[in-house]
Amino acid sequence: MYRQTEILQDATQVSPLNGGGDLEGAGDLIINVGPQHPSTHGVLHLVITLNGETIKKVEPHLGYIHRSIEKMCESLTFRQFIYVTSKMDYLSSHINNHGCCLCVEKGLQIEVPERAQVIRVLMDELTRLASHQLWWGALGMDVGALTPFFHAFRERELINDIFEETCGTRLTMNYMVPGGVMADLHPNFQRRVHEFIKQFKLKIDEYDELLTDNIIFKNRMQGVGVLSAADAVSYGCTGPVARGSNVVCDIRKLYPYEVYNKLQFDEVIETGGDCYARYMVRMKEMRQSLSIIEQLIDQVPEGEFQAKTKAVLKLPKGEYYSRVETARGEFGVYIVSEGGTTPYRIKFRSPGFSNLSALDHMARGGKIGDLIAIMGSLDLVIPDIDR
Amino acid sequence: MFLVNYIKEVFGAIKSLATGMRRTGYYFTHHKEIITQQYPDNRDTLQLPERFRGEVVMIHDENNEHACTGCTACELACPNATIKIVTKFDVDEETGKKKKAIDTFVYHLELCTFCNLCIEACPTGAIKMDQTFEHSVFDRSKLTKKLNHDGSKIRAGVE
Repeated sequence: MYRQTEILQDATQVSPLNGGGDLEGAGDLIINVGPQHPSTHGVLHLVITLNGETIKKVEPHLGYIHRSIEKMCESLTFRQFIYVTSKMDYLSSHINNHGCCLCVEKGLQIEVPERAQVIRVLMDELTRLASHQLWWGALGMDVGALTPFFHAFRERELINDIFEETCGTRLTMNYMVPGGVMADLHPNFQRRVHEFIKQFKLKIDEYDELLTDNIIFKNRMQGVGVLSAADAVSYGCTGPVARGSNVVCDIRKLYPYEVYNKLQFDEVIETGGDCYARYMVRMKEMRQSLSIIEQLIDQVPEGEFQAKTKAVLKLPKGEYYSRVETARGEFGVYIVSEGGTTPYRIKFRSPGFSNLSALDHMARGGKIGDLIAIMGSLDLVIPDIDR
Repeated sequence: MFLVNYIKEVFGAIKSLATGMRRTGYYFTHHKEIITQQYPDNRDTLQLPERFRGEVVMIHDENNEHACTGCTACELACPNATIKIVTKFDVDEETGKKKKAIDTFVYHLELCTFCNLCIEACPTGAIKMDQTFEHSVFDRSKLTKKLNHDGSKIRAGVE
């Protein structure tokens, strides 16, 4: 059916091309959104069956940015493959790298120094904040508000500067290595994070003034794209999408890694299940991340930032799995090792793919304008979906 | 009761819009906080952090000597085959022994992802990341660089 859409924009004509007239609801309009559509945030291609303005079916088509990262990782060593994962979900690259490092460390049974653990958690939470800020700005733009985008990028720039100073790059850092982190914290790190916290605490209230309470925004989001808790579980949704539907799924709470079990923070749960609930989950998560950073920033323990590891890493024969909570949901790394220097098989469980699969369910019966709001609330990062 | 709720909703809506407009008005009147920088104009004042990953360069001292032994640790550490080291054998003048040395340190900037793994792998600290970032050229072949300077040799004492 997808191949026919190139030549058959209107499916009213009964012909063998559209299945001999058996097309469900003849008289529907099939349109393509993407792959070069500004509101899909990347090369996502949606084939939408419309009846008037009502959506009957949404079919995501992937493959436009497929780089076969999993296959590529099979030819890279256990030190090298980590940098590739920052190209998957580029907005939470630190957390992706973190998941891979945890998996390799599990196989090698490396004890990560406490300083490195704290640095990793700090970086993770800063990444989560940066990711949510970009999502907030982009969501505002999706539903027709241009101002939030500039406000979000103003604060995101501060985080990027912190990353640039400590890690060397702004987006795909490759800062986490098996056994710890690549370099120690920059001397300015703590001062700059304090500055950021001070500014962001003021600005997040502005975020609420601008968008959260806005009646136009509320009308666009409330009651749109409702996903029940049972559906969220059956589609495998994780992260803010599932937590907006009253599903307890925060990996940081359920399977704590690094120092998360020593920290005081709440798992944000909303019961609405609509776009506004997902929005509120992320807004509250930003405040939680801020509180985690505040707890840790003055208590970075002294010590090594990297455990001593061998120059060539060889994972013992076996299968290893680790999971982390990225800004979009659960990220899993599954490594099968045959005892060599490269993985025999590697599989990533990316949160975006499962979250996207619920899009059809949420958008059915809604209007085409709601589809854009639903996609914005899912926080899709296409390279993460299509590895 | 319906009417009361309706009026409440209308006034709530107006209030929410006014709150947003007040914030917009604040920034309209307080435009002192300039946060954008006009890029080509700020070149002189642009401060890049020392860890910034611009491109890989080889450190040469004033005697045109470097610390690269040609061990190819960086070549093996690179995930993208960005680095290619061509080695040769130098004959030591005093002892007459053959010694491995680098002939050409080829660096493909067009393949580099700035992951810093080569710098981490180097046992002698011969290479580092530079702060340059304007890498645009008109010809792709110009991105393939030779990192060791002409006539340079290995610093004495580096093994």
